[in-house]
Amino acid sequence: MSFINLREKIVQVKIVYYGPGRGGKTTNLEYINRKFSKQIQSEMVSLKTHGDRTLFFDFLPFNMGQIKGYDLKIQLYTVPGQVKYNATRKLVLKGVDGIVFVADAQEHMREKNIRSLNQLHENLRDYKESIFRIPLVLQYNKVDLRNQGIPILPTAILEKDLNSKLKVPAFEGSALTGYNVPETLKKIISSTVISIQKKLL
Amino acid sequence: MNYGVVSQEQLEKIDELLTEKLIKIGVDCVIIIDMAGNIITAKDNGTSKYDVYSFAALAAGNFATVDAMAKLVGEQEFSLLFHKGTDCNIHFSKIDDELLLISMFGKDISLGFLRLNVVETIERIKRLWVREQ
Repeated sequence: MSFINLREKIVQVKIVYYGPGRGGKTTNLEYINRKFSKQIQSEMVSLKTHGDRTLFFDFLPFNMGQIKGYDLKIQLYTVPGQVKYNATRKLVLKGVDGIVFVADAQEHMREKNIRSLNQLHENLRDYKESIFRIPLVLQYNKVDLRNQGIPILPTAILEKDLNSKLKVPAFEGSALTGYNVPETLKKIISSTVISIQKKLL
Repeated sequence: MNYGVVSQEQLEKIDELLTEKLIKIGVDCVIIIDMAGNIITAKDNGTSKYDVYSFAALAAGNFATVDAMAKLVGEQEFSLLFHKGTDCNIHFSKIDDELLLISMFGKDISLGFLRLNVVETIERIKRLWVREQ
């Protein structure tokens, strides 16, 4: 749930990057952190294991400037992707306003993407939220690997697997090179802000 | 309860209370956050500058973790937490299921004195909240 401070005219919005393990959620945030350093006033916080896997979450506060006189403070979070960490994923989802689902487009990840999305659906339901109502954007990450001869799922199949019922905006992306990372971010911010405005008006 | 929007009047009263009961006794910084990691309000003594947004995200995570631990040992909750450092200490106390009061303080205040003031502050915040509803 976003928080609005009427005195200081600040809106805080929580956006969570969700998806299977090693799918590129943290890499998305790292790219944003490098690319938009002017809008980011503090350090990215990463709670990770010795093996560089996300243990709890990454956190990146992001200033979007003003909308209708209100300062928009976007809080970007990632969740740990590994299957065994669902309790932690659920904690991070508390009070979420918008979600980016980062799918891994490699062929062998097909099953894991679907499982992760199904679990997101269940986790949101436990918070009495719905995957069909919450602002959501899909990113089919790692499409750059196609050039290296690694088998990548065609977008049509990813769309059929993940987006046939949801019908939300989806981008092919490459978190490592930054391809469509800003576009994904812009899309989720605009969908989330529109949804908050609707709730308030 | 909906904490999504807090009125200006409510916030001013809470800020007054935080200044009166905690900043004036020597606490460096007081933050009220919700369990999703949003900052409701933050007050400091003018000399300490902390990155309160990152702090709120980590504190909410920290508290959620401790809550999960409480359940594992059969407790309903651990309603307060205390971290002791050499120069800076942090005290976390639950206001209710959704809100958390965090105080950062140095060597000059005793933990006991701080806790007394935190308890009173929380009671007064709760009364304020009920009245405004």
